[in-house]
Amino acid sequence: MSTLSERILGGPAGSYVDRVVDRAFAHDGTGVLAMEAYRQMGNPKPARPETVSIIYDHIAPANTSQTATLQNELRLFAAEMGFALTDIGGGICHQLMSEGRVLPGEVVVGADSHSCTTGALGAFSTGMGATDMAAIWAEGSTWFRVPETISINLTGRLPTWCEAKDIVLTVTGRIGMDGGTYRALEYTGDGATALSMAGRLTLCNMAVECGAQTGFFYADKTTQHYLAHYGHTIQPQKVEEGTYCRELSIDLADTEPVLSVPHRVDTVASVTEYAGTHLDQVFVGTCTNGRYEDLERFAHIVRGKEVACRTIVVPASRAIMQQAAETGVLTDIIAAGCVVGPPGCGPCLGMHLGVLGEGETALSTANRNFKNRMGVGAKYFLGSVATAAASALKGEITSPEGAI
Amino acid sequence: MTLSGKAVCIGADIDTDLVIAGRYLRTKDTSVWAEHVFEDLDPSLAPRLKGAVIVAGNNMGCGSSREQAPVAIREAGAVAVIAPSFARIFFRNAINVGLPVIECDGLVCADGSTVIISMEEGWVEAGGIRYPIRPLSPKMQDILSAGGLVSYWRNR
Repeated sequence: MSTLSERILGGPAGSYVDRVVDRAFAHDGTGVLAMEAYRQMGNPKPARPETVSIIYDHIAPANTSQTATLQNELRLFAAEMGFALTDIGGGICHQLMSEGRVLPGEVVVGADSHSCTTGALGAFSTGMGATDMAAIWAEGSTWFRVPETISINLTGRLPTWCEAKDIVLTVTGRIGMDGGTYRALEYTGDGATALSMAGRLTLCNMAVECGAQTGFFYADKTTQHYLAHYGHTIQPQKVEEGTYCRELSIDLADTEPVLSVPHRVDTVASVTEYAGTHLDQVFVGTCTNGRYEDLERFAHIVRGKEVACRTIVVPASRAIMQQAAETGVLTDIIAAGCVVGPPGCGPCLGMHLGVLGEGETALSTANRNFKNRMGVGAKYFLGSVATAAASALKGEITSPEGAI
Repeated sequence: MTLSGKAVCIGADIDTDLVIAGRYLRTKDTSVWAEHVFEDLDPSLAPRLKGAVIVAGNNMGCGSSREQAPVAIREAGAVAVIAPSFARIFFRNAINVGLPVIECDGLVCADGSTVIISMEEGWVEAGGIRYPIRPLSPKMQDILSAGGLVSYWRNR
């Protein structure tokens, strides 16, 4: 009997293993540094170029000539190495990897901390730095410390005004910013089985916010159905009772809309506690909450109304944006007075497309509210899509209860 | 490897945005990162890092995977970072870029006091007290001894 990490990595918790990496990816930020490290290594022939993706999402399109020049260099490098490049407008690396590029049981490494996202598909998916990525390009493998596992049993069903984001903020508040360091989170239980793939991706995306190496859902019928859309036939993963370093149980029926309060992700409070807080901006998007289901939920709440503060909506991928255009969701969002940005990370990392000013307050559906991250001297709360929509309509923090 | 330097104390949960802000990342010029290291935490820190041993609280280097964070600390001249715990990507990155990171419990940091580290013997000495350190895995030891993952790879 073993945890999913032990099964996929092939060793007991705490051991060190060398494993072939099935999928490796970097973005326009980390890719440049990885390219530099690769050149310093002597530009070796890549071991498995067909497994490598380079995805432009962090500053896409480029904000300055300096950024553009670095991005050009990386484009040429990717072509030279035979790496698949997704240029500007394709979307966020984690979302694109989840759109049919990652399968259950695979070992996936991204040069970005939120690479834990595709653990939602039952893959061992984790983030590393640029030099580790360069070594993976060269060797096709890397070392892992097999993590201990925190089991999170979800039971029951969410109230309609709550969503996966409220679950993951609650979990992060309970585990704390370092409570999961070097561990993996496994989500199981009937509440987990009932979650859509979009919700699962939201939960796994934030595993790193409590320090975890990755977050997991076992591949099941939902995973089969989701991957069939991308032409993949997969087998479900059997849930085994492993040895856990900690076990949590959450009754989803007790969930309430919550926020991460500046400047810590694990400072979690009820939305009602901060209701009425003036907002200068609302941002909906990112690898946490920029999926079609999120945009649809947002549109459902703002449809036929007008937002009362600057509101930026950024789809996580081109496919999502296209679907939202076809179904009219995008039209509803635009008609409500929102600004729609190109698929990518948007202002999340404080580089472009809606960075905050000194003294401003915002609400974001992203995964980090670190000091100065999305704008120097600003503060911002993290919350769900429904909370963001209800708050955008009033220009102040507002509970979504009753709005949906 | 024995290292020593004057302690520079910083807090717990120092995220990599605080180590080096996103607005300074779009360059390959490492001196830019050294100049702005810890700017959003305390702008007076950067000039004090030459020859320093940084003593942090729990969960040092949490957040983004940006490797510029340990590079900035190294380029600013710090000889090592000590903390009771590190975020795992930062920890890997630091070893990979040749910045010694040391897991050590209980060390009481006094700004400006001398800290001595013996990697071989596995201790840190500060204020006349020796504290044990948690050993690195053999592979991480080899990478750090080589000066980082690039030289490790080239030498193997």
